[in-house]
Amino acid sequence: MLKSRLIAVLILRNGQVVQSVRFKHTNVIHSDPVHAIEAFNKWAVDEIAMINVSREQGSRDQFAESVAKVSRHCFVPLSVGGWITDAEYAHTLLRSGADKLIINSALADDPQLVTGLSVRLGRQCIVGSLDVKRTDGKPTVFVDRARRDTQQDPVSWARRACEIGAGEILFNSIDHDGARKGYDLETLRQIGAAVDVPVIAFGGVFTWNHLVEGIEAGADAVAAANIFHYSEHATRKAKAFMADAGVSVRKEGRVLV
Amino acid sequence: MSQVAVVDYGMGNLRSVMNAMAELGASAELIVDPDAIDRFERLLLPGVGAFAQAIDTLRKSGMAAALERFRATGRPVLGICLGMQLMCDASEEDGDHGGLGWIPARVISFPRNQGRKIPHMGWNGLHLARTDPIFDGVEEASDVYFVHSYYVACEQPSDVLASTEYGVSFASVIGRDNIYGMQFHPEKSQSIGLRLLANFLRLPA
Repeated sequence: MLKSRLIAVLILRNGQVVQSVRFKHTNVIHSDPVHAIEAFNKWAVDEIAMINVSREQGSRDQFAESVAKVSRHCFVPLSVGGWITDAEYAHTLLRSGADKLIINSALADDPQLVTGLSVRLGRQCIVGSLDVKRTDGKPTVFVDRARRDTQQDPVSWARRACEIGAGEILFNSIDHDGARKGYDLETLRQIGAAVDVPVIAFGGVFTWNHLVEGIEAGADAVAAANIFHYSEHATRKAKAFMADAGVSVRKEGRVLV
Repeated sequence: MSQVAVVDYGMGNLRSVMNAMAELGASAELIVDPDAIDRFERLLLPGVGAFAQAIDTLRKSGMAAALERFRATGRPVLGICLGMQLMCDASEEDGDHGGLGWIPARVISFPRNQGRKIPHMGWNGLHLARTDPIFDGVEEASDVYFVHSYYVACEQPSDVLASTEYGVSFASVIGRDNIYGMQFHPEKSQSIGLRLLANFLRLPA
């Protein structure tokens, strides 16, 4: 049986792991992303994502170096994103050890780039990322690290991302990010019903039950960032909670000696 | 030290495979030149992407012929994901394309429109059909990481070493003589995956 996935997200700014609150990134959690991996990874997490939220395009090389460092210790799938504005940089990230590319602004600004990468690499390599914010209760998709409103609704944007070439959708809520109230379940349900590719829920997890809510709302994978840095063995505890709640999750890989 | 050729024919991320080889202490090299593979004691054929483009690239570069020579020596060969599919007779992905023909099997699509998402992406269990040195230390129902839209349908049940359920029961590990194939990504399947790769590295060369 296919298991629900638990994904740990590292938000990187200028090479450091930072906390994310409504897409503001002021608190540094780890100066070295490899330490973060060692602190919360080990065996329980099913997948790792790294997102470069630096404001400067000049951060790209440093981020690729961080990806290379992390990938040496990462024997689960590694998705990476941020500043993927051309095919050459996409390939730099893949050569650095990334398995999937998380693409956000290019869905709006350069759909041909996304389609080209999807055709060349296969759609399983492209994660279409949607950052959603509500204005007067109405959700729309923002790009450019939450600075630009596309005025498109999340459901049609998710469908469009799949048409362009995404093989997976990462749904993040700007309002819920760091707000500790769980995922935007309503939008998550709508996106899950609208696309036939796996959907990852992200943004707002503060209790382990929020992860379970995400799965119950139709997510194939649940992601969180900040919460995994707060306690020892956090990903392991998260997995145990999900299993106790009846979610089918991967058990820790056990090898007989 | 184990001498491993990792065939680089431009399909997919080989860094992960090389990272896993480094973690296991194996001496592995990325090989583009078909003439260079003969000197290795074992061979990995990885790959992600479209079947037709992959087999075409292997044939045009002369790598398909070199792989055939290597296989005939009896030294261990492991195909991963698309690499496993390429070892079969043919694939129906985007038409009908012949493969290397080492395993009597066809590569076919998962049934569509049955409420299951395609690709089959994520962690799923291995059901061991046979005892084999490749499974040394690996428990029944261990989870490994899959990403694929097509699967291998073997003609001969004896070629199926492990199967996995996703709407259908499909071959997730195949083996015949010195040839092995894994539909999942052992290099991305943590301790279980590393153990499977370590077992492959220990097969007599």
